[in-house]
Amino acid sequence: MTRWSVALRAALWAGLLSCGASIANAAGGTLRIITWADYVPADVAAQFTKETGIKVEVALSNNEELISKLRATRGAGFDLAQPSQDRILGPQQEFGIYKPIDLAKVQVDRIQPDLLATVRRNATIGGRLYALPYVWGAEGLVVNTKRTQINDYLDLCHADLRSRTSVRLRRPTLMAFAFAMDKDPFALYGDTKAYTALMEQVGARLIACKANFRFFFDNRDQLLNGMRSGELHAAMMWDSGGWRLNRENPDIKFIAPKSGALGWLDTYALPARGKNEAAAYAWINFTLRPEIAARIAKAIGNFSAAKGADQLTDPVLRAQFAASFPEGFKSVRWYPAIPPGLEEIEGRILDRVKAAK
Amino acid sequence: MTTFDLEAKALSKRFATHTAVDALSFGVERGSFFSILGPSGCGKTTLLRMVAGFIEPDGGDVEIGGRSMCGVPPNRRPVNMVFQQLALFPMMSVGENVAYGLARRGVARADRERKAAEMLDRVGLPGLAAKRVDQLSGGQRQRVAIARSLVLKPTLLLLDEPLGALDLKLRERMKIELKQLQAAFGTTFVYITHDQSEALVLSDRVAVMNSGRFEQVGTPQELYYSPATPFVAGFVGANNRIDGQVSAIDGDLVEIRSAAGWTVKARRHGTLKPGDAATIFVRPEVAVLGRSTADLALAEPAAVHQGTVESLLFDGANSAVLLREQASRCEFRVALPQTGRYADLKVNEPVFFSFAADRAVCFGVGSSHG
Amino acid sequence: MAKATASASQRLILWLLLAPALLWLFGLILLPHLDLALLSLRERTGPGEYAFGLAQYRTFFTEPLYWDVFVRTATISLIATALTLLLAFPIAWTIAKLTRGRLSTLLFAVCLIPFWVSETVRTLGWMILLRETGVIPGLLVTLGITEVPIEMLYRDPTILVGLVYTSLLFMVVPLYGSLESLDDSLIEAAYDLGGNGWTVLRTVVIPHASPGITAGCIVVFMLTLGNYLTASLLGGKNSLWFTEQIYTQFITRFNWEQGAAFGFLLLLLSSVMVWTGLRLSGQRFSDVMSRT
Repeated sequence: MTRWSVALRAALWAGLLSCGASIANAAGGTLRIITWADYVPADVAAQFTKETGIKVEVALSNNEELISKLRATRGAGFDLAQPSQDRILGPQQEFGIYKPIDLAKVQVDRIQPDLLATVRRNATIGGRLYALPYVWGAEGLVVNTKRTQINDYLDLCHADLRSRTSVRLRRPTLMAFAFAMDKDPFALYGDTKAYTALMEQVGARLIACKANFRFFFDNRDQLLNGMRSGELHAAMMWDSGGWRLNRENPDIKFIAPKSGALGWLDTYALPARGKNEAAAYAWINFTLRPEIAARIAKAIGNFSAAKGADQLTDPVLRAQFAASFPEGFKSVRWYPAIPPGLEEIEGRILDRVKAAK
Repeated sequence: MTTFDLEAKALSKRFATHTAVDALSFGVERGSFFSILGPSGCGKTTLLRMVAGFIEPDGGDVEIGGRSMCGVPPNRRPVNMVFQQLALFPMMSVGENVAYGLARRGVARADRERKAAEMLDRVGLPGLAAKRVDQLSGGQRQRVAIARSLVLKPTLLLLDEPLGALDLKLRERMKIELKQLQAAFGTTFVYITHDQSEALVLSDRVAVMNSGRFEQVGTPQELYYSPATPFVAGFVGANNRIDGQVSAIDGDLVEIRSAAGWTVKARRHGTLKPGDAATIFVRPEVAVLGRSTADLALAEPAAVHQGTVESLLFDGANSAVLLREQASRCEFRVALPQTGRYADLKVNEPVFFSFAADRAVCFGVGSSHG
Repeated sequence: MAKATASASQRLILWLLLAPALLWLFGLILLPHLDLALLSLRERTGPGEYAFGLAQYRTFFTEPLYWDVFVRTATISLIATALTLLLAFPIAWTIAKLTRGRLSTLLFAVCLIPFWVSETVRTLGWMILLRETGVIPGLLVTLGITEVPIEMLYRDPTILVGLVYTSLLFMVVPLYGSLESLDDSLIEAAYDLGGNGWTVLRTVVIPHASPGITAGCIVVFMLTLGNYLTASLLGGKNSLWFTEQIYTQFITRFNWEQGAAFGFLLLLLSSVMVWTGLRLSGQRFSDVMSRT
């Protein structure tokens, strides 16, 4: 494949995929962030603009779309991206969409060391670090306790919950069900054959359970509405969403499942061809300030990776955390980096689940 | 006793603002060629469509072949229609067009193909069954449209100005063909047209229609030579028209004086008394022309008028000269003799003309229905 | 000599006039397709390494799932097209033959209304109406037709309703065009010769309208086949729509090669279907295109 055609493809796909992100506008005064909903609260962005004169433009996305968009432009179009820590290594090796972080430009001492260590473990390639921690939380079960009392993922398949539960048709669901089946998928990351076999088992379990899934949710609001309306009685969900529902309706609780909650950690990462690197570092340092980090954490409903933010966290949230995780964070499992190729195996399994009658 | 294939009884149709057909009653004899002649908007199309069944009458009844057609839909009437634009089906071949009605009656394919081919033979289009409609000439299409209807052996064939779209030459030829077809099949034809020449040439009887009523029903000759109303006199054939006031009455003859002061005599139609407003119609071929009074060679005494040539209207056998009467400057048209004798007339040349009073007709104004 | 220059300059003007269309055609249709074709013929051999191969197409034929989704998408699209035709025909007939002036404009506008909002909003509207706690199931309970609210979403009939609703206008417009050009006297003549409603429809109206019908069906079929939002949102966990597969391959699996191969298969499918449709209805492509 010639350079020319690669460039051409990049240009074409950039045009097709990155709707909403203005590629051409790379003015020194603008920071373009591709991130999740709520990750850049408007008031925080406004304060940042006031202090630095840098305008903030936000494109909302999820892990997969974020990677696809950056892949299409070979890392151009955004100055900062916020993928999950386990999704850095594989895409970076495969597509080279990020550039390493220059730790000299970041106030690293403001980051909680254990979280930084997790990211270092999963997002270091060739001795260079490609991400820094931003926000973390866990995925567990959200349960309407008035309707049902369940405490593990496999309970979603109970006969009396027919058409009353929901999960995402994504890899975390495969991982969660594998753990609930007393298997450790993370241990098999290096063994493609064994991993495939396990995933097939998990797939079969999900297919058997499919009648219980009312729908596979794609975005948070779809799930929240399902729980609010009573159409759903239980679902696999992130803690923040669960706690939000809990504030609205105390019957709905977010619980850490018996087989363990899965911890996620979203990061700061620099797209390979981001134009305004200085603005990106300025934003990282700005959001690592404890009081800013606390505001962000409150807006998201999760916990910040910045030191000192926890002390400023909303007391309601802290109480909810204590209720959901009586043993603290010991039972939470962190995702290790996904080696390239695994997602293809998982993809086929997910397709089969989707196609099953 | 005559049998009527079509009988209308006090047939009426009103639209929002006007009466299209006004309590019409008439009969069409079996096997005859009956024309309804009238200007556009006179209601003749509405009448025809009521007969065909496309329009429901407001009052009265239509009987076809002695059966009342009240409530009978068009597809159940023993009537077929040849449409103004012919309405041949472009998506079908000529043969399929002709066989269409047979197919609707459930005639087997082989049978209807044979009948369609026979019918095409009879209308003079042998072997054209496989052609597409758009491959035919205007005249051929005309015949296909008629064949398509006649193959169903209808009691009555309705024709809605079918020659209107043809050019003049073809129209003349199709007139003759239509008449021959009607004679050959013996089917009763009801023909509507605004072209008086078509009506006169084709028909056994003609009804002249105006404002939803029949002004006169009669043979073409009766209409031409003895118009019953000023409308018929003005509509059928070319006519000179002179408006004025009755100045004297002499038995059957009446003398009128036009506003410009021209005095003319004519045969009286209806009752008139001196002082009545009246109109005289004189056909161009009734008048004779001469360069001198001697040239007129009148068989019996008649008033001689003087005029000047306004223009020459050369049209072969139908040539005429347009004059202006000397005193009144009235326009008057005189047919030129077939001999070509006055072909050399010049514009502004003074001439004499005359006509027999009993061959001109006078109607009182306001007594249009005689 | 002068003539030669004139024709040369005329040709230049012609090319200039054609240039935007050609650029569009080349740059936004031909090139991406070429690129997709090349992509679909690659297989991954290692991280960031690719080689020429037919693996992507092989996957399609060896994994029954993809083939099933493919067939299902085509079948539902065909059903949706047929339903749209059935529904659009009386509408187009009413607009073309039974109404005049203001009323027919109004009817057209009614068909256009769904397009005043985006497809997403439209589809979400349907979801609000049809979900278990939504308006229609609630109404059915109030009216005593069902005892408990039923979930109307995530079923094939719901997908069909959504697809038909979205496609209606694209069927009505070509149908209207072809019915409007049908001379009323042809219909009258057919009645006059003994036809009834059904035979007139079959022998005169449909043959006359068939280029419009074919054009509408092609457009609707293509739109339905390529539909993503309606099928995936209303279909929920069972939607299984082929474009959704393509989207998944491209976006969530990062498997552009597989996605490109699927894209090409879809292109092939729609071309084959259109060709078959034209064959079956005895239409010529150029006639049909002049109707759209």
